[in-house]
Amino acid sequence: MSEEKKVKRRDFIFTASYALGAVGVGASVWPLIDQMNPDASERALASTEVDVSGIERGQSITVLWRGKPVFIKRRTEEEINKARQVDLKELPDPEKDEDRAKNPEWLVMLGMCTHLGCVPLGNKGEYDGWFCPCHGSHYDTSGRIRKGPAPTNLEIPKYEFISDSTIKIG
Amino acid sequence: MSDNSYTPDSKLGKWFNDRLPLLTLSKHLQDYPTPKNLNYWWTFGGILTFCLITQIVTGLILAMHYVAHADMAFESVEHIMRNVNYGWLIRYVHANGASMFFLAVYIHIFRSLYYGSYKSPREMIWILGMIIYLLMMMTAFMGYVLPWGQMSFWGATVITNLFSAIPLIGESITTWLWGGYSVGNPTLTRFFSLHYLLPFLILGLVVLHIWALHVPGNNNPIGIELKKPSKDTVPFHPYIVIKDLFALLIFLIIFAFFVFYSPNILGHADNYIEANPLVTPAHIVPEWYLLPFYAILRSVPDKLLGVIAMFAAIFVLVILPWLDTSKVRSAIFRPLYKQFYWFLVADVLILGYMGAMPAEGTYLLIARVATGYYFIHFLIILPLLGHKEKTLEVPMSIMEPVLGGSANPSFTKSLKKNI
Repeated sequence: MSEEKKVKRRDFIFTASYALGAVGVGASVWPLIDQMNPDASERALASTEVDVSGIERGQSITVLWRGKPVFIKRRTEEEINKARQVDLKELPDPEKDEDRAKNPEWLVMLGMCTHLGCVPLGNKGEYDGWFCPCHGSHYDTSGRIRKGPAPTNLEIPKYEFISDSTIKIG
Repeated sequence: MSDNSYTPDSKLGKWFNDRLPLLTLSKHLQDYPTPKNLNYWWTFGGILTFCLITQIVTGLILAMHYVAHADMAFESVEHIMRNVNYGWLIRYVHANGASMFFLAVYIHIFRSLYYGSYKSPREMIWILGMIIYLLMMMTAFMGYVLPWGQMSFWGATVITNLFSAIPLIGESITTWLWGGYSVGNPTLTRFFSLHYLLPFLILGLVVLHIWALHVPGNNNPIGIELKKPSKDTVPFHPYIVIKDLFALLIFLIIFAFFVFYSPNILGHADNYIEANPLVTPAHIVPEWYLLPFYAILRSVPDKLLGVIAMFAAIFVLVILPWLDTSKVRSAIFRPLYKQFYWFLVADVLILGYMGAMPAEGTYLLIARVATGYYFIHFLIILPLLGHKEKTLEVPMSIMEPVLGGSANPSFTKSLKKNI
């Protein structure tokens, strides 16, 4: 009886020591792991302002935001109609064009294929939107995935018009 | 195994050896009994050791002149090529050395597949080898990123994005790998650091690989267990040393041909364009030695499943010793396996070719069939073949077909019963 009790007390001390040791090791290792996350200078590049006054209808520019390309496309009537007439049931990642482009004329999205991050080419592919040359993903005029290995639509970053001709991304 | 009773001749040698038995180790390596029928496919272990040392030495030198910074890396590589004395030679040896390393490792792996060297009791040698192979692929990938050309940048983007396929935590992992929101300077500097580290890990694993080899001893072309030492074995030195050196010289001729006559043929011209995050090259391809896995990745139309298939292609190799159920090691005595072996070789070559072609139309179809066959070979054919195949009679010793009799009759009898 008394022997059993002794063993139990020792077990408790062992377990408590292991637990404390694990917490200590975890706390010491965390800085070694977290140092690889984006540093303060990377995080500081949070937003960028773009002058879009020079873009004609049908034209598109690519700007760099946080090291990633962002497409700013001023769409034609035809392209807008095409994007809005699609039956949502046809889409692998259903999303209304109205939700993607608040101002139908302006489509702002990350120019990174959601498959493996290549930059898709404009006015190409089977849906006349974007086509990724790396692994053959086709996007429509709203940047939605239609065909190919990419799982989701091209991402829409946080942006706003701060004047008629300036977009703030981020 | 080792000759523990060994005593050095000189007094100094004895004094030293009593305190650090390096001379005993050296004696073990010299006398190490080796099957006398080893053919030239067995010389690639030595060739691979040479490749690893070459990469470490040339890499050390390159690191003295290279600058790991997104704004300067590309120019520093050109600086090495144009200004550093013999820089062009050292860089071309390092770049082509990677390809030669993989060429040799593929021959080494397929040698093992043909002669059943991965089977009991050599599973640990095989698994250590597969870990080395995996580390080699990581090292080569990170090394390819360092010149910061277009292929470097977009190769890094595509490969690191593989991890974004992981549900829920994928995006945090890629951000963590990049140290930013895309591949950039923090990615380059950490890849440089790891590219420097990994070869030394490989070196450590090579020591374990050889250690594990020296426990059961070499497999051999007829795949039987040998009594060691016996009339079926020869000492490693000088017999195998000289044979390995001769094979290495032939290998060096091929190596030198690439370095001096076509140093860029295995690379991609786009990597002489500096990295540009706004433009993806029209056709992204990895280095040739990764193409079969790349073809498997692309042949699956779903992102996550494609990544899983690619990693599974490597994982089936790791568990191969338990997938192949045949007791007979060498393909020489396995008439059906011999045919499937060559189908597999063809299949991997086809996958490699498809990985270099655009993923569309007929290419994609062929890549899918070849991907399917790759897994069928390992997961269906090999487990079944061990039960169905009628193997040929295995000789009792290396000498038996010539002289009759056996060096180790007890073993071969029990082997025959199993068949």
